[in-house]
Amino acid sequence: MIDIVVNITLLAFLAITSVAIVRMTNLFAIIMLFGIFSLLSAGLFVVMDAPDVAFTEAAVGAGISTVLMLATLALTKDHHEKSPLGHRPWLPLAVVGITGAALVYGTWDMPGFGDPDAPTQTHVARYYIENAVPETGVPNIVTAVLASYRGFDTLGEVAVVFTAGVAVLLLIGGKRSKTSTKVKHERGQDEA
Amino acid sequence: MKPNLILHVVSKFLIPLIIIFALYVQFHGDFGPGGGFQAGVIFSAAIILYALVFGLDAAEEIIPSRLLRILASLGVVIYAGVGVVTLLLGGNYLDYSVLASTQIAGQHLGILLVELGVGISVAAVMLIIFFAFAGRGRE
Repeated sequence: MIDIVVNITLLAFLAITSVAIVRMTNLFAIIMLFGIFSLLSAGLFVVMDAPDVAFTEAAVGAGISTVLMLATLALTKDHHEKSPLGHRPWLPLAVVGITGAALVYGTWDMPGFGDPDAPTQTHVARYYIENAVPETGVPNIVTAVLASYRGFDTLGEVAVVFTAGVAVLLLIGGKRSKTSTKVKHERGQDEA
Repeated sequence: MKPNLILHVVSKFLIPLIIIFALYVQFHGDFGPGGGFQAGVIFSAAIILYALVFGLDAAEEIIPSRLLRILASLGVVIYAGVGVVTLLLGGNYLDYSVLASTQIAGQHLGILLVELGVGISVAAVMLIIFFAFAGRGRE
């Protein structure tokens, strides 16, 4: 019972936040609302018994990415002109409405939340639940699956994170003077 | 940025707690929720909070970007290295059972090491990205 109340409250706040984000024009306020949106999602994940995801969402979504977006906002010019609507809003509204209705229609066939007979639970999940503790001795099955059974996946994920860091360093990391950038730019034009 | 007494005091109080929580999530990930990724982002959030309150230069004095680049690579090397060690010990790649005398102990050790690699790498990369973005506005 309390779960339903908490769920409805969090989802209502999520909806309110997203409507507020759409209607706002102040980028700073929008970034703050994004952080609130992430925090609300983290709360939802906790209610759905996924504290691992909630940790990530709270730390990355509400914390780090908000700071990164603020840093980006500080780099860009702070002007947001209100452009007049150049189109009729009815066509997009119809598209969104129909897509949303189709998605809701699709959820009717989905198994209930946590249903033990759902297709996702009957494949390998049962094996993990039965064998993770005797085979790895790790009580947290999520960790056992991530680090041991799916060690290759996680290695790939770490490689992705590492690549992202390298890419950011290559793009905007190096402290180079304006002149060298200019020279490179000119050289690039000459070659072109 | 103007020094703000309340921010300074509160964040000085909070940052050690955040770091301890990150370490707890890192090394208790076998038993409770969490793991390397979560611990890494929580740890980097603590340093980012420090950088926001005390300034970028102060944060870069604690963790120089050179060290961060080494750490980001070190995490991946630890993870992939565990796989190589298991290969050398006669198992499959990333099959931790051969790391210790019993399967359980080997799995435990392997998962701990691998999560450590993930945590180091993620924390370092998050800080690298933050310093890259925030440092650009300073030039």
